[in-house]
Amino acid sequence: MTPNYFDLTIHEAHDLLKARKISAVELMQICRNRIEDVERDVRAVITVTEETALVQAKEADRRIARGDMTPLTGVPALIKDNMCTKGVRTTCSSKMLENFVPPYNATVIEKLNAAGMVLIGKTNMDEFAMGSSTENSALFTTHNPWDLTRVPGGSSGGSAAGVTASEAVYALGSDTGGSIRQPAGFCNVTGLKPTYGRVSRYGLVAFASSLDQIGPLTKDALDAALVMNVISGHDACDSTSAPEPVPDYTRGLTGDLHGMKLGIPKEYYVEGMEAGVESVMQAAIKKLEELGATVGWGVSLPHTRYSLPVYYIIAPSEASANLARYDGSKYGYSYKDTDNMWEAMEKTRQFGFGAEVKRRIMLGTYALSAGYYDAYYLKAQKVRTLIRREFDAAFEKYDALVTPTSPTVPFKIGEKADNPLQMYLSDVCTLPINIAGVPAISIPAGFSEGLPVGMQIIGKPFSEPALFKISHAFQQATDWHKQRPPLKPD
Amino acid sequence: MKLSREEVLHIATIYRLGLSEADIEKARDQLSNILENFEVLKEVDTTNVPPTAQSITLSNVMQDDVPRPSLPSEDVLANAPVREEDFFKLRPVLESGGV
Repeated sequence: MTPNYFDLTIHEAHDLLKARKISAVELMQICRNRIEDVERDVRAVITVTEETALVQAKEADRRIARGDMTPLTGVPALIKDNMCTKGVRTTCSSKMLENFVPPYNATVIEKLNAAGMVLIGKTNMDEFAMGSSTENSALFTTHNPWDLTRVPGGSSGGSAAGVTASEAVYALGSDTGGSIRQPAGFCNVTGLKPTYGRVSRYGLVAFASSLDQIGPLTKDALDAALVMNVISGHDACDSTSAPEPVPDYTRGLTGDLHGMKLGIPKEYYVEGMEAGVESVMQAAIKKLEELGATVGWGVSLPHTRYSLPVYYIIAPSEASANLARYDGSKYGYSYKDTDNMWEAMEKTRQFGFGAEVKRRIMLGTYALSAGYYDAYYLKAQKVRTLIRREFDAAFEKYDALVTPTSPTVPFKIGEKADNPLQMYLSDVCTLPINIAGVPAISIPAGFSEGLPVGMQIIGKPFSEPALFKISHAFQQATDWHKQRPPLKPD
Repeated sequence: MKLSREEVLHIATIYRLGLSEADIEKARDQLSNILENFEVLKEVDTTNVPPTAQSITLSNVMQDDVPRPSLPSEDVLANAPVREEDFFKLRPVLESGGV
């Protein structure tokens, strides 16, 4: 049987490229054709970078020919459209940046380029990464390849949908409160939110600077480890970048979990969780036990319930500060029809920002304003400390914590669009992780009603190797991550 | 407690965020609803708990002041809404009615 080349993982593609069974140019064209075949339904990609991809693929073939290849050389990738790509439009799915062409590359792009990436496109997202469904994109809505009437999750919905639909071999997303993990769960791919500071944020359009992290969306844990090997590490251009050494993340993927202690925090298994998600989780946890892990059910993180208000005070506050730069003077949309500076600034924002972005700017401005700062922002920062301490205490006993990524399967497009609070609740399992700054991965755990269910594995700071070890062992013993949506090419 | 029209306009003004009439009414409902949900934080005892501004332990990251090449001004100005020679051209500040 001929393999579906567009279904390849990074490590499979690498083996074929290395053995010269396929060229980087051929692989790029396979992805390009796949994009053409499925994009009318999925709509994951804002900008297809065919011309530069061809140049990069040819260069990759030259590198392969002279034996100078890395595991990512010649492998086509999608990048979320909030990471700056020199000379390639970077919209943030916003009218504000619809025609913005960055004059420089984000650090992650520089690193991937050095490794031989073939950038095939920039992906759709919720505007400025604010949202959980990709419906907040000012450009168009992405559809979940598993059921086109449902959302792919968000905000990295285009990256997750693009990978599960095999429009590229892997993608980068960014995660401020679940924006890699929730769409990874909804689309049946593997998605990692690294430890805060592990991956440079230089060139990532800022949303909430104390919470944002860039991470991979891939077809399995080994692929995620391969991408992390390239994008991790200290960067002088990001003062919050951690000076920790970068291990080889592909080491220690033994498939054996003996000696690992996993905790099941009860607060993540209540209120609003669908029965189908719960039974998938029960089976997945049993599988982890079979692989040798010890499972502790008595874990309690009582401050989990405060994560939602803490997040929705801190993230909008930071966003309101970060987005103040969009005033129409240096780049981006600029309202022209007035000579008054203030009016120009107000109208630039009125017409440049969408509803959710304005909502969060107002929330943040309110929380930071005179008379409310102590009651909202400072209070949230103090509760943030308590949430962090609770994770610290749990990690004294456990190597990792296991929860569902989302309490539900992907919801219908439009279902929560008019109810911001309901939308915010869909991130209830992922928000605490960004608040604490710890790493977490979402991996395919099974299906409910024919729709993917993600399992979230949370670790202590810089324990990405343990998360990969657990994920890899689970994926050696199951084939949920190998399931692909039944898309019919046009 | 529903936010008043004045409160919404105050937030918009201090941020310099333009809002339509529909935006204002929607903000009154939705922001009030969200803010109500924040009330639950009042029940948490945070006496003697220090605030967390960010989750890593780094502080005052310094580096040597070594000159390095900047982006060419043509590249920097390429996205400018209005430019004049090598400058971003802005509207007059003082004539706009001050702050």
